[in-house]
Amino acid sequence: MRNGLLLAGILFSLGLTSLLVRRNLIFVLMSLEVMLNAAGLAFVVAGARWHQADGQIMFLFILAMAAAEVAVGLALAVEIYRRFKSLDVDKLSNMKG
Amino acid sequence: MLGLLWLIPALPFASALVLMLSGSRFPRKAATALGVGSIGISAVVTILVAASFFTAPPPDHSYTQLLWTWINVGGFNPEIALRLDALSLVMVLVVTFVGFLIHVYSAEFMMEDEGHSRFFAYMNLFVASMITLLLGDNLLLLMLGWEGVGLCSYLLIGFWYREPANGHAARKAFVVTRVGDTLMLIGLLLLFTQLGTLQIHDLMQRASERWPAGSGYAVAAALLLLGGAVGKSAQLPLQVWLPDAMAGPTPTSALIHAATMVTAGVYLIARTHVLFSLAPAAQLAVALVGAGTLLLAGCSALTQPDIKRALAYSTVSQIGYMFLALGVGAWQAALFHFFTHAFFKALLFLGAGVIINALHDEHNIFKMGGLRKELPVAFWTFLIAGCSLAGLPFFTAGFFSKDLIIWEAWSADHGHPGFWIAGMVGALLTSLYTFRLIFRVFFGPLGTPVTKRPGYTMTIPLAVLALFSFGAGYLKEPLLGFLHSALPATIEARTGGMTEAGSEAVAAVVFLVGLYLAYLFHLRKRSLAEAAVSNPVGSLLHRWWFADWGFDWVYDKVFVLPFIWAAQINKSDFIDAFYTGVARLADLFYRGLSRTESGRLRWYAAGVAVGSVVFLAMVLFR
Amino acid sequence: MELAFYIAGAVAVLSTILMLTRLNIVHALLYLIVSLLAVAVVFYVLGAPFVAALEVIVYAGAIMVLFVFVVMMLNLGKHSVEVERQWLTPGIWTGPVLLASVLLIEVVYLMRGVPAASGSGAVDPKAVGTALFGPYLIGVDLASMLLLAGLVGAYHVGFRKSEKSGNRTGDAT
Repeated sequence: MRNGLLLAGILFSLGLTSLLVRRNLIFVLMSLEVMLNAAGLAFVVAGARWHQADGQIMFLFILAMAAAEVAVGLALAVEIYRRFKSLDVDKLSNMKG
Repeated sequence: MLGLLWLIPALPFASALVLMLSGSRFPRKAATALGVGSIGISAVVTILVAASFFTAPPPDHSYTQLLWTWINVGGFNPEIALRLDALSLVMVLVVTFVGFLIHVYSAEFMMEDEGHSRFFAYMNLFVASMITLLLGDNLLLLMLGWEGVGLCSYLLIGFWYREPANGHAARKAFVVTRVGDTLMLIGLLLLFTQLGTLQIHDLMQRASERWPAGSGYAVAAALLLLGGAVGKSAQLPLQVWLPDAMAGPTPTSALIHAATMVTAGVYLIARTHVLFSLAPAAQLAVALVGAGTLLLAGCSALTQPDIKRALAYSTVSQIGYMFLALGVGAWQAALFHFFTHAFFKALLFLGAGVIINALHDEHNIFKMGGLRKELPVAFWTFLIAGCSLAGLPFFTAGFFSKDLIIWEAWSADHGHPGFWIAGMVGALLTSLYTFRLIFRVFFGPLGTPVTKRPGYTMTIPLAVLALFSFGAGYLKEPLLGFLHSALPATIEARTGGMTEAGSEAVAAVVFLVGLYLAYLFHLRKRSLAEAAVSNPVGSLLHRWWFADWGFDWVYDKVFVLPFIWAAQINKSDFIDAFYTGVARLADLFYRGLSRTESGRLRWYAAGVAVGSVVFLAMVLFR
Repeated sequence: MELAFYIAGAVAVLSTILMLTRLNIVHALLYLIVSLLAVAVVFYVLGAPFVAALEVIVYAGAIMVLFVFVVMMLNLGKHSVEVERQWLTPGIWTGPVLLASVLLIEVVYLMRGVPAASGSGAVDPKAVGTALFGPYLIGVDLASMLLLAGLVGAYHVGFRKSEKSGNRTGDAT
């Protein structure tokens, strides 16, 4: 089980790095997906260790949530592209101060 | 019937409260009716109480109505109690009656003003406070009324607050009377710590028992109370506020600064006369203050071109007469002069108001003239009041009262020929400046034309007051006899070659001399007046007297400018630095923290990551 | 079985690393899909075939396809590659890599007490279904409401009134 959790951890930190580095909004959303996937992997590993269905059910919920989030997020990305004519995340800093 | 005593201050209080809370939401007529009516009913109640007092005097000629206990702390328990005796009854009668007439007058005077209900609220509050002052059983309640009238005076002087000069005048009045109030408060504290009570009757009794005549405490307490009286009554050296207080509306000047508030000092000294009798030094001080003021103010009144300022100085001068009377021990004479003075001075002010209104806000008497035919009611009432002020023999009230004072200044126990001479010179000055006003305003060629004539609501009070200015003198014997129950009789000590009749004759001659001089300078040959002012000595005197003998200048240099200088250099002292330091610290934090809010997504995500790293570290390596 | 796990894991990690260094969005997307498929294999190895299928069908099949649709719709073109090249300077990697590695080290340290491998924890789909209809029923309802909300929200945000200035309704967000 440790290897499974280790894999999840590595994938998660890779996703985090990608989130912090990339400036394109689509890439940000993709790295979010990576992180969510890694978390789901950890759940399933834990569920397999305890021989229970709870881990997989948790993964199902995470999946549903990710789907909803992607839908709304991509719609927002399209809208932002229409408004600001670029997908640079740093341009969306009007709430500073 | 005497039980209705509490209504006399309560009705104006209630009316003031209602007017202040509802304000301009009342229609004009209703607010006027409420403001005037409350004083009217109060006056009626006063007359009923007075009638009951006359016909069936209560034991010891005084009636106390206890309303409730104000404070009850460790032996200090002043009460809200109203005490009625001859002294307070006379004064309350005058205040409510003259007050009622002035309110009726101001119903028309303030009709078009936008601060209409505010005016009546303040005036009612003033009357209520004044009556509280007069009827107060203990010095604390008296102080409450004292402060109340000071407040209302401030509010009413600065009534037209949009004009900054009015605000300055109101502040000046308040600050100067504050000086007096502080002295009075110290006097109250002295009396309380030494004698253990503030109830006036007990206070006077204990003082006469415990303090020998001429003791230091008595002198100190009396002088401190004199300080308070001097402030409120605008005597030397605190007389500087009254001429500037003429910035307020004319009914205010008539009520507050002629008939009532400025006589509060006289009332205070009369009330605590036992204390002053125990301290001859203080009583002498009262007389000196009175004599000095009446001469000083008389000279200043002679040089004023503004009709209201001239009348203000005249008020200061006449109260000087009352102080002189108190100082020589002529208690009833002082009250009698207060009685008559209230009528004719209020009338003079109301008449001046009519003139100013009619000439569309013209205050300068040198621009007026020939109003004898244009405003007949104003002319005749002003003439009667002026003659009363100057002391026309036998036909006016002022003659009887002022003459009594001048005679007592000679003959009373503490009297002195010097005071008599001062009184006579003062009478000459009074006659001179009064007729200067009359000749300049009403006689001669027409100056500013008349644009508005007064209606009945303004002229009827004038007529009633004129009647009293004329006839109140005949009440001399009954009034003095009545006051005898509250104030000791004046001890006649010397006659030294003069009789009362002789003194009156001299006074009549002085009156005529003043009348003739005024006629000469201000009607017959007006060029003489200009000549008197333009020669070197004359112009110097004129400027000096016009500036109130330089008191304003002295106060400015000695008190005001150093204070402003000290405030300026102390503008950012270390106490301020503490407060601004707090603000600067907050600003520093703001600047620092606002930099963490860059608005960038990746920055926030990094923040979350760092936070989770730190948190995990704390959990792992605890 | 362990070997399949290690190979799939290596493929997942490798393709994720490749994904986050690509300049072209579509390339990155494709690498991400590979990573998701590898994770699906890991799921199968762990004995969760239902979840493996879900991963392939929903995650790689629907969500990633959605991404592809949007990227194609935005039509970013060659210009975006240049822009990405500008943005991805080597120096920009140091901070995040440091942070993520610290986090990883901490997580590894956390896991030192966990046994390396345990028995096959296969849970068949029937058990999952029973649990879904049993104790987790309310979760399913909530998830469906969430999806409905996502649907409506996405529709509202992306709605275009007319061809010209479609931003008017979009302003309401």
